[in-house]
Amino acid sequence: MSDVADRVKKIVVEHLGVEEDKVTENASFIDDLGADSLDTVELVMAFEEEFGIEIPDDAAETIQTFGDAVKFIQEAS
Amino acid sequence: MFDLTGKCALITGASGGIGGEIAKALHAAGATVGLSGTRVEPLEALAAELGERAHVLPCNLSDAEAVAALPKQAADAMGAVDILVNNAGITRDNLFMRMSDDEWQSVIDVNLTSTFKLCKGVLRGMMKARWGRIINISSVVGATGNPGQGNYAASKAGMIGMSKSLAYEVASRGITVNAVAPGFITTAMTDKLTDDQKSGILTQVPAGRMGEANEIAAAVLYLASPEAAYVTGSTLHVNGGMAMF
Repeated sequence: MSDVADRVKKIVVEHLGVEEDKVTENASFIDDLGADSLDTVELVMAFEEEFGIEIPDDAAETIQTFGDAVKFIQEAS
Repeated sequence: MFDLTGKCALITGASGGIGGEIAKALHAAGATVGLSGTRVEPLEALAAELGERAHVLPCNLSDAEAVAALPKQAADAMGAVDILVNNAGITRDNLFMRMSDDEWQSVIDVNLTSTFKLCKGVLRGMMKARWGRIINISSVVGATGNPGQGNYAASKAGMIGMSKSLAYEVASRGITVNAVAPGFITTAMTDKLTDDQKSGILTQVPAGRMGEANEIAAAVLYLASPEAAYVTGSTLHVNGGMAMF
């Protein structure tokens, strides 16, 4: 697993309090990992800080799964 | 009671009567205060009066770029924004039939849109801190309406609806959002009224007197305090009984 994926997973595990093995490629933050809509906003904030990038609101809306987040960040950073 | 030691508060309209008293009350409770307003001189004078823990942050709220920059300037100056008091407001009264688009829009921009933007700008820090207080200064006319103030009343009612919606969204993060709705308060704005106008107004106020700015400040201090953690989405009416809800 890439370095980006590891760092994203760490944030997700810490923020949502879920088991690491639940955070799979297609795991949806809201449907599978128990996030509410505000959690997803906070996750995006945490990604922005961790990776020093800006994630615009319209892009943030497309980040639904762990895989989406990793892919977006790899392309942005 | 009401200890705000270590908290940082941004207050807009701090050059005015009510804003100045709010700043003094929060400062006296131990908060660091960021004094924002358009007129630098009264802000500097207030900061000098308060001494330590006071920062002057000039900002014209009708300037969208300046509004966007203010939350960061405040956080840089004070270290954080734990408490936001959206107190600044303008009036441009006119009969509804005669009200121009510009009179409408400028009041909505300064009173309502800048409140939205400033709330948005400080939320990130509050969410991370899992603590925050937003207090929006509305007005009794936001609830009752007032002839000649269609724009102002709309902006002040809008602040209440906005506060409630935001209160829902962020309550689980330890952030409260409330409104304070002053009635007739002795300020530079009401000093302009004639004695006849004043006595006319007072017939509608059961308390039989105008309110003082420090009576608004006391309500804000309460809502900003740790003790008010369970109060959110509410509107505290401070109006001498002029309108009861």
